Amino acid sequence: MICELCGKNQATTHVKSMVNGEYTEMWLCPHCAKEKGFGSLFAHTATDFSSFLGSFFGDGLPSRTSATRCKSCGSSFADIARSGKVGCADCYTNFYDELLPSIQKIHGNIQHTGKVVAGAGADLKLSREIEKTRQELAQAVKEQNFELAAKLRDKINDLEAGDNNAK
Amino acid sequence: MPNKWYDKNGEQGDVVISSRIRLARNLNGYPFPHLMSLQQKNELANKVKDALDNSNSYIASTFKFINMAQLSATEANSLVERHLVSPAFAGDRSGRYLLLTEDESISIMLNEEDHIRIQVLSDGLSLKQAYDVADKIDTLLDNALGFAFHEKLGYLTQCPTNLGTGLRASVMLHLPALQSGGVINRLEDNLSKIGLTLRGTFGEGTDAQVGMYQLSNQVTLGLSEETAIENLQSVTMQIIGNERDARNEICKRLDTQDYIMRCLGKLKYALLMSTKEAQSLLSAVRLGVAQGIVNGISLDTLNSLLVELQPNTLTLNEGKELSPQDRDKLRAELIKEQLK
Repeated sequence: MICELCGKNQATTHVKSMVNGEYTEMWLCPHCAKEKGFGSLFAHTATDFSSFLGSFFGDGLPSRTSATRCKSCGSSFADIARSGKVGCADCYTNFYDELLPSIQKIHGNIQHTGKVVAGAGADLKLSREIEKTRQELAQAVKEQNFELAAKLRDKINDLEAGDNNAK
Repeated sequence: MPNKWYDKNGEQGDVVISSRIRLARNLNGYPFPHLMSLQQKNELANKVKDALDNSNSYIASTFKFINMAQLSATEANSLVERHLVSPAFAGDRSGRYLLLTEDESISIMLNEEDHIRIQVLSDGLSLKQAYDVADKIDTLLDNALGFAFHEKLGYLTQCPTNLGTGLRASVMLHLPALQSGGVINRLEDNLSKIGLTLRGTFGEGTDAQVGMYQLSNQVTLGLSEETAIENLQSVTMQIIGNERDARNEICKRLDTQDYIMRCLGKLKYALLMSTKEAQSLLSAVRLGVAQGIVNGISLDTLNSLLVELQPNTLTLNEGKELSPQDRDKLRAELIKEQLK
């Protein structure tokens, strides 16, 4: 099959697309596929990313995990690696060590910062409160509102000292 | 037809069409949707609906509960065109439900990739306002249902790319001048280095003429919601500045002005108009309106047209199935009527 666009090179990419209800089908060579944006198009789709993740998880699989299954959903780590889809929320606890390297690679980070659930522990809520107050403090300093900044600094000190009455 | 969020133009509206916030959330006690039975999916959807119904909040009372399995393909695809659901969600509709407000600014997809996907859309550059709404709904549902959460990994999601905040913030940008300057690829590369993604919308990657792009955050773990939104906002402001400079430059030229007026002429007088052609022409006219080259047409009208001229939405508003030629005829009439 020759590329339908340039008519010169061997086609390697079969593109079927449904754009605004209009169906088109095309055979393209790698060069034209890239030019038409299909190279980057696929890089963004979830399915493609899953298969990437799949092979990614599969690297250097610890052997003990093949037999271990998640008690909640029955997934093994091999299932997750193959599909690129985590089975349930508990899988993250059950396969934490196995999943961590790829999570680190995706986000460059392995510690959540930001909103926490209502049911989260007091420690987590406290650190969230401290972090938020720090941001307010930075803003106050930027706006040269030093009166407010002093109050916020005291609040952070109180929170860090574990004084939960400081609100 | 009642007013929708996209019928009006917002802050920085010459460049930013809309802002979107999406939160991915899951419940404990159920596997993620790809491993759920139909019965579990129905049960979960009803739980979420009940949680909203019983919350006694005003916002919760405004939702319609839609069983996706009961929609026609046209109805479902029109939801995709209006950016209310993902293509995957509209494709396989069994066991999937949508909670949607009348003005279509808030949509909650149930049993998509995650159990719950809260999405808030708003006009112009308004990420913070959109996040505040999403945050309220999130808190309300979390109080009733208790979301899956891990001390280190944050909100737990089916795909590890969404772990942490589960937040995807994005803005839809109209960048005709940067596009015609050929700098989009370089911009894409630079943005990816700082954890942001830029991609074409409206026939993604296939049609370079439309000039519509979506910019969104990639990293969700280790950055708070506020930080992620501020980053996106400040980068957006820089892109807006660059686009405006480029617009001023190219619009000084008579050939650009001529091109814009020719596009307007086609829109006003053509008898048949395909979606692709209409989008590309409207993009040029939108530039003309923003630069004061075209008068008497508002950005509101153009924003609304860009949504409504899409094939499924057009068919749905007409209320009957149409042949492709009838659709092109109807589209041309709709545009003519709106641009009078």
